[in-house]
Amino acid sequence: MTANDPSPNHLQLTREGQLRHFLTLDGLNRELLTDILDTADSFIEVGERSIKKVPLLRGRTVVNLFFESSTRTRSTFELAAKRLSADVLNLDISTSATSKGESLSDTLLNLEAMASDMFVVRHSQSGAPHFIAESVTPGVAIINAGDGRHAHPTQAMLDMLTIRQHKGGFTGLKVAIVGDILHSRVARSQIRALNELGAEEVRVIAPGTLLPRDVESLGCKVEYDMARGMKDLDVVIMLRLQNERMEGALLPSEREFYRLYGLNQAKLALAKPDCIVMHPGPINRGVEIESAVADGPQSVILNQVTNGIAIRMAVMSMAMGGQMAERQQKQMNSEGARS
Amino acid sequence: MSLGQPYGSLKITGGTLFDGMGEASSNPGLLIQDGKVAALGASALSASAEQSFDASGCVIAPGFIDLCCNLREPGNGQKGNIATETRAAAHGGFTTVCASPETSPVNDSSAVTHLIRDGADSRGAVRVLPVGAITRGLDGELLSDLAGLKNAGCVAVGNGSRGIRNARILRRCMAYAQTFGLTVMFSPENQALAADGYAHDGQVATRLGLLGIPEVAETAAVMEMLLLAEETGVKLHLSQLSSARSVEMLADAKRRGIQVTADVAMHQLCFTEDALAGFDSRFHVRPPLRSEADRKALVAAVQNGVIDAIVSQHHPHDSAAKQAPLPATEPGLSSIESLLSLGLELVDRGELGLAQLLAALTTGPAAVVGLSPGLVAGAVADVCVFDPTAHWRPSAKTLLSSGHHVPVSGRDLSGRVRLTLVNGHPAWADAG
Repeated sequence: MTANDPSPNHLQLTREGQLRHFLTLDGLNRELLTDILDTADSFIEVGERSIKKVPLLRGRTVVNLFFESSTRTRSTFELAAKRLSADVLNLDISTSATSKGESLSDTLLNLEAMASDMFVVRHSQSGAPHFIAESVTPGVAIINAGDGRHAHPTQAMLDMLTIRQHKGGFTGLKVAIVGDILHSRVARSQIRALNELGAEEVRVIAPGTLLPRDVESLGCKVEYDMARGMKDLDVVIMLRLQNERMEGALLPSEREFYRLYGLNQAKLALAKPDCIVMHPGPINRGVEIESAVADGPQSVILNQVTNGIAIRMAVMSMAMGGQMAERQQKQMNSEGARS
Repeated sequence: MSLGQPYGSLKITGGTLFDGMGEASSNPGLLIQDGKVAALGASALSASAEQSFDASGCVIAPGFIDLCCNLREPGNGQKGNIATETRAAAHGGFTTVCASPETSPVNDSSAVTHLIRDGADSRGAVRVLPVGAITRGLDGELLSDLAGLKNAGCVAVGNGSRGIRNARILRRCMAYAQTFGLTVMFSPENQALAADGYAHDGQVATRLGLLGIPEVAETAAVMEMLLLAEETGVKLHLSQLSSARSVEMLADAKRRGIQVTADVAMHQLCFTEDALAGFDSRFHVRPPLRSEADRKALVAAVQNGVIDAIVSQHHPHDSAAKQAPLPATEPGLSSIESLLSLGLELVDRGELGLAQLLAALTTGPAAVVGLSPGLVAGAVADVCVFDPTAHWRPSAKTLLSSGHHVPVSGRDLSGRVRLTLVNGHPAWADAG
């Protein structure tokens, strides 16, 4: 007995299959993911102009709704919205309304009263953007900028863009994600994207305490030994290790973690010679990655940041396009019904 | 048939009678007089009665008994109260509900027990049997006055949905309850292992990034409780099992002669972790919905009698409690009104026999709290008459509970309760 439609698509896609929210990569097919990458490619050129603006979101209000603080993700979303000519409002909710006891629903009602067109949401609880997308008035697009341990779909897509730029595509690629998979929304979205886009093999390399239950069901292989896991790799993605992981007996020490799972030049040498090194940032030098690797020739970490703006422009413009198309469709339907 | 109208006698004709003793048979005629089953068969049919009820096409059964129901009174009026939730129970075919001690204040003293009983006497539509809190404030540290709770009318004592962290205290709770012959009801959950979780630690939680409650949080607690029950000799009732391994341990303990009974919530028999896909906060329940293999094992355990009772684990909520991102919502479903319909879907699919479903709603739970229901001459007339094929749709209009977070919405359900009699009086009568 299924209680409801388990696919998130009824929420994030229009009836014609266009994006109207961007909540998760679950349920999005290869065609749509490729479309996002292609659209982002076209926006990269905008960033190289002297006047870095296109008018796609002119007159629209985008609200950056950050219930969890973030500097880089928020600034790239802000830049992306501004390059699309939107008006941008940054709200750091972690320090305002909800700390005064206001519920999320009430906060949203207030923001909707300001006639916003799009919410970019980051929240510490998994599923918060879904909840917001279900509760806002139709016509307002929700973009997930990271929710709990669930998903960080724009981060995963900018990583895919980076991989495609360096590898030309995904077919035949062997990719490993190393470190704290358990707490990582980035890893979940990356595994989903890599599988959908046709990577040959996705490995997760971590100790048992940092892997979620049945992680293989996400579409990856588990490797405890990093030396074995590095073999034949085309791409290695390092995850950030939060300091608090030493508490609660997940790990004994940063030193042991670095020795076993930190990426240094010796371990990188076990991968293919043209293996690229990625990291969603911010980097903990000497905890998960050696400086010589982070700053080395195989590192594409700074490309990722640049691509972040293009991906976010792509997703925002596509979701707004979907919302507009849906609105037009409804208008036509109601006019058709009247005449 | 109208509610609350006292009358001298009622004759129920037609339909299938499930007397609570064995298999169902065609109804020979049932005469109810002065709150009791006065006669069955030919003498009932020939008797004259003030009112009659044609039960053609219906099943006539003893009124259902719920071992776990949250009436929200005292203290949580925004979620429900004795008047609304016992009417919902009657709508669901229940004539007796055990009131969970998780009220505010907690039912850990005879004063609160009396408050609940007085409320039930004046405003309740069905019988209310209070379950006392075994530790003060349900904090799992200090014993409540168990003898006082028993004298005040508590049918059992337990710790609500909260576990007892300290095994030494759990052992003393059991030994002290055993002194008075009180049954202890515990929801087995090892709190250290459950930690901050709110979903089954499995594939769905992994994909959605939800914090998991591992199966071992339940099985470790079941094992600990079974061993302590064996040692102290207390009558142990395990509330709301959720995993196949727990069922195995329960069956083994019963074979070895340990005095243990158990129940399962209807939603555990019908849904799995998949119900959380899309972050549907209604299915944030505790214990969490687990895998399909667990669900099947739980249904099989009801079918073969290893699990004694099906409960509603009714948790009415105000809308704010469920209007938030899933991790921030409160656990529980408003389930008592749709329980029978969900059970009948299991019967329709061939997973559960109708006799077993009804036993788990009548004789099974009755034995746990020392009742003996049955539609035999002289028995108290607590009766449920339902039409298994008639449809209804749960909605704000049809539900009597204050909680509208039902497990199934937006589609028709089969199985409509036509008449619920408590002590011979209609507590629910279907207007059509």
